[in-house]
Amino acid sequence: MSIDWQSFRLTIELAVIVSAILLGVGLPLAYWIAFSRWHWKFLVEAIVALPIVLPPTVLGFYVLVALGSQSPLGRWWQSLTGHTLAFTFTGLVIGSILYSLPFAVQPFTAAFSSVDRKLLAASATLGASPLRTFFRVVIPLSIPGLVTGVVLAFAHTMGEFGVVLMVGGNIPGVTRTVSIDIYDQVQASNYASANATALLLLIFCFAALTVVYGLNRRSARLWTMGPVK
Amino acid sequence: MPTPQPARPADAILNARITKTFPFGERRFSLDVDFSATPGFTILFGESGSGKTTLLNCIAGLAMPDAGRIAVGERVIFDASNDVKVPVAKRGVGYVLQDLALFPHLTVEQNTEYGLARLPRSERKQRALAMLHQFRIDHLRQQLPAEISGGERQRVALARSLVTDPCVLLLDEPLAALDAATKAKIIDDLRLWNQAHRIPILYVTHSREEVMALGERVMVLEQGRIIAQGSPHQVLSAPTHESVAQLVGFENIFDATVWLVHEDRGTMTWRLPGIEAGMFVLLETPLIRAEQGSHLRVGIRAGDILLAIAKPEGLSARNIIPGRVLSLERRDMLISLRVNCGVEMEVHVTLAARDALGLVEGREVWLVIKTYSCHLMQK
Repeated sequence: MSIDWQSFRLTIELAVIVSAILLGVGLPLAYWIAFSRWHWKFLVEAIVALPIVLPPTVLGFYVLVALGSQSPLGRWWQSLTGHTLAFTFTGLVIGSILYSLPFAVQPFTAAFSSVDRKLLAASATLGASPLRTFFRVVIPLSIPGLVTGVVLAFAHTMGEFGVVLMVGGNIPGVTRTVSIDIYDQVQASNYASANATALLLLIFCFAALTVVYGLNRRSARLWTMGPVK
Repeated sequence: MPTPQPARPADAILNARITKTFPFGERRFSLDVDFSATPGFTILFGESGSGKTTLLNCIAGLAMPDAGRIAVGERVIFDASNDVKVPVAKRGVGYVLQDLALFPHLTVEQNTEYGLARLPRSERKQRALAMLHQFRIDHLRQQLPAEISGGERQRVALARSLVTDPCVLLLDEPLAALDAATKAKIIDDLRLWNQAHRIPILYVTHSREEVMALGERVMVLEQGRIIAQGSPHQVLSAPTHESVAQLVGFENIFDATVWLVHEDRGTMTWRLPGIEAGMFVLLETPLIRAEQGSHLRVGIRAGDILLAIAKPEGLSARNIIPGRVLSLERRDMLISLRVNCGVEMEVHVTLAARDALGLVEGREVWLVIKTYSCHLMQK
């Protein structure tokens, strides 16, 4: 029985990078979805939610095509760096961002939408710009939702399989993630190793979700105003 | 030294001419008002849905009027014809929203400092503390809004708006949820603050007591229009509009036609159509300028009617009308009777009066109504 620590380190690295990028990309996107009154907004919402229902192989296939040397993006990248994005760590990051996008953006959007609009009105009447309102009121009141989004995106990236296999293949130290490692162990009938790795992943995911739900409960208790005394 | 808001001349008057239509099918609503508010309290009184909150939102800049002009003194904050639309954050209008909208994640002190972002930190702190002290909540400055009482939250909301030194203050039913004693104390503090600052304060309320306690002027809004304005006493005690009468609690309101005019006696007699066809009741009221045969409404408060079990004599009251008790209903510490005296009249008496007079269903009674208890008003 042995745990492939290299693939563990690689997976965590991938998950950290992906959730950090999703925090940066997801906040403005979620803000726009929560507050825009654009008529066709639902189309954007549908596109963001797509990876939830799409088979990972389908998503992975199209990402592979888009990154490949036949596509404009792939050609542009190749002219820049001299190699393709497919079967590289960068390619894996791009695929994972798309795959985990809804798991970050949807909790962000829900958190922003549930901020009482009257607080935003009050902030404006007190002279605050929309940007100041965003950082002083919207973000602090959305912290539980933001943590939920980041943790879900992180955990979801940790456990992905289909997209990784399609986009990254199975290159040790470059694109071999934990879930692929488990699959390999099972294929090689190394059930003990597969079990050890799987158990570790299970415990990690459980811990992550415990943090999320515990945090949500705490802030709800802290801010709820009871009936007028 | 930087000031948090644009400088304003002392005693600036708020001038507002606003029209705004919400074209939502059958629930179409339009606001159409034109008024001035001098420094001091102006009460906005009216039923829910009469447009009070929309009016405040337009002045604060949270809602955009279709047309009109809003100015505080010389400073124009909205003018549809010249395309002036000063954004909410730059208007310097203080607004305490109906449910206060305190920031739940900030302490009392942080809430109070929120509007002072442009000041240096030390001055921000100093001003916030002075304001908290003035509203007697400086001991709560480290608490979150969820940890303090309703009255205290109210004080925080007021302090948070007032500390920015607004040029106009809008208060949307700020004291609705509080008990009378807490309310009275906060009103006192607010009045004290306003004596020193003299800005126009628009104060929305449903409560007759608040109108009487605060009011220098009152404006009554109905379906987006100002239907009455004046001193609280003029508007509420002697309402000239039926809808105002209903708002301030005239339980008895009847159609009436001028029957006789007694110029020499300073009174007039009105004919009220009875419950049964062809029957009517005559009512003597103070003399007003109205032609014989003209139609008005007459309102009588249930508590202004005297009840007697025998025909009273030697009274100054001009209306002594026989009737029969239809029903009695206990409401807290008073009894509400419905009496058929040709028209159906609601009369309020105390529990003691009910027992002393032996009032039961079917009992014959006399209603005694002074002429000055009969209020004439437009429909």
